[in-house]
Amino acid sequence: MKILVPVKRVIDYNVKPRVKADGTGVDLSNVKMSMNPFDEIAVEEAIRLKEKGVASEIVAVSIGPAKAQETLRTALAMGADRAILIQTDDEVEPLGVAKLLAKVADEEAPGLVILGKQAIDDDSNQTGQMLAALLGWGQGTFASKVEVDGDTVNVTREVDGGLETVALNTPAIVTTDLRLNEPRYASLPNIMKAKSKPLATKAPADYGVDVAPRLKTLSVAEPPKRVAGAKVADVDELVAKLKALGVVA
Amino acid sequence: MKTLVWVEHDGGAIKDATLSAVTAAAKLGEVHLLVAGKGVGGVAEAAAKIAGVGKVHVADDAAFDHALAENVAPLVVELMGSHDAFVAPATSNAKNIAPRVAALLDVMQISDILSIESADTFTRPTYAGNAIATVQSSDAKKVITVRTTAFDKAARDGGSGTVEAVASTGDKGLSRFVGAEISKSERPELTSAKVIVSGGRALQNGENFKTIIEPLADKLGAAVGASRAAVDAGYVPNDYQVGQTGKIVAPEVYIAIGISGAIQHLAGMKDSKTIIAINKDEDAPIFQIADIGLVADLFKAVPELTGKI
Ligand SMILES: Cc1cc2nc3c(=O)[nH]c(=O)nc-3n(C[C@H](O)[C@H](O)[C@H](O)COP(=O)(O)OP(=O)(O)OC[C@H]3O[C@@H](n4cnc5c(N)ncnc54)[C@H](O)[C@@H]3O)c2cc1C
Ligand SMILES: Nc1ncnc2c1ncn2[C@@H]1O[C@H](COP(=O)(O)O)[C@@H](O)[C@H]1O
Repeated sequence: MKILVPVKRVIDYNVKPRVKADGTGVDLSNVKMSMNPFDEIAVEEAIRLKEKGVASEIVAVSIGPAKAQETLRTALAMGADRAILIQTDDEVEPLGVAKLLAKVADEEAPGLVILGKQAIDDDSNQTGQMLAALLGWGQGTFASKVEVDGDTVNVTREVDGGLETVALNTPAIVTTDLRLNEPRYASLPNIMKAKSKPLATKAPADYGVDVAPRLKTLSVAEPPKRVAGAKVADVDELVAKLKALGVVA
Repeated sequence: MKTLVWVEHDGGAIKDATLSAVTAAAKLGEVHLLVAGKGVGGVAEAAAKIAGVGKVHVADDAAFDHALAENVAPLVVELMGSHDAFVAPATSNAKNIAPRVAALLDVMQISDILSIESADTFTRPTYAGNAIATVQSSDAKKVITVRTTAFDKAARDGGSGTVEAVASTGDKGLSRFVGAEISKSERPELTSAKVIVSGGRALQNGENFKTIIEPLADKLGAAVGASRAAVDAGYVPNDYQVGQTGKIVAPEVYIAIGISGAIQHLAGMKDSKTIIAINKDEDAPIFQIADIGLVADLFKAVPELTGKI
């Protein structure tokens, strides 16, 4: 089966985001950008399924600016076979992304689409579920284990109370949680090889999808700041503080 | 405006998260609830007593057991014919279901709202809570998940809603529940506890969680939480993780033990009323947001603390 892996270019998780002084958004100029960490986990899972002989081809897709090519090259260097960039400088919301991905899925007919559970910039946690709805497929979200068994995929999910397993008919949607795997680093030879792997560039208009945003960001502000309190010298002082707070008698 | 609130329950009891969603929904308009599951008559009765509730829609069918999104979303879509907003607490069930509903309705979901500014304008955290966006929705119907720590809980009683059965939309046959491993604990739930004791990578193993973190939690009647590092290393189960991509908590007192304070962890607990940190590194970032800090080796300080309270 073919596996489709949508990957998003986002602020690197090690960078502390700074709100722009004019309140229009987060300052991304001269900030390190990387593949969304959950999407690295998605790429890794697809590669492992290919190594097991379950998957035959891995196609990485990104919707974003020309620079998202770098993110796709990273996916190719990890082991994806080819890539599609749907290039736009406009911000595309999860609903628009899901609509574009649904068109790509129509064309590519994958057995699985593996996405991240959440993009660490918008923190929406929506795209995979929306894509599943648009395609009318089953969804195994927040996955910590994925097992393909013929026409069924068993997905163990991280839920509020612990873990839950669902069986889905394929084709299906999976979204990754942190414990699914530990993504590999691309080796230097593979980074070189990735440069010659196919990367097709498209535009949202090629898919005839209206991706105009439904949410308008009116302003972006910093959260209220917490100020550091005092340090206590020892455990006795801490006990006294806990008493003052009323949490111990 | 008529709202439809997702009732989070375990077949018996209604989860506190629901009560916060009710408070949010009440700011938008009339509050109707949806109870879905198998054998949920009792849940519906209890739901009707929540303060401010008008009508409780009950969908009692095995297809809705385990809240499979593939089956629940079409049910919600059906009910949204006569409601203007679907409002759900940001639980793992609702995070699974709500975007599926939104896409079927062709609306853009507003995730994890912190406040309601007007009928179409909301604030929500982005970038691990480092940027609070005010967003305005142009969709006719709204699909919203609610950050439960940002809204007070509606009272569990005082309401006199009516209960109405709704026809099942059936099993779509796309997915099947296989099984679950649910953590059992006598301690309060992480998301509704008044006090939380959380441990990090510094605990070194699961045994130390049991012998160092848990006795303190027991003394304080606290829930136990953890950083991602502690969960990844297998010291505690995944549902203990507090943070951007784990649980969001805001207890009266949060005690972070051997946790450095990465932005992803802070995202899940920085709205706690009082934050206490115990860390042997005086420059650990957690101290920048802690109200009370103790620079100490946790292996000495925590047992001493437990002994003294
Ligand atoms: C996509 C993504 C999502 C993430 N989501 C989350 C999330 O939801 N929640 C989360 O927590 N993290 C999350 N993280 C991980 C986060 O970036 C940090 O790696 C993690 O929080 C670190 O955990 P820690 O503080 O336990 O470990 P460390 O950073 O290793 O800190 C250990 C601390 O213990 C102290 N220490 C060591 N020994 C002792 C001792 N004997 N006594 C006292 N103190 C001691 C050290 O000084 C240090 O400060 C995420 C990361 C990514 C990339
Ligand atoms: N612009 C994008 N390009 C490719 N994939 C995306 C994009 N936006 C979101 N995704 C995918 O959807 C997942 C969830 O994103 P979100 O719903 O925005 O939190 C991500 O982890 C990606 O796998």
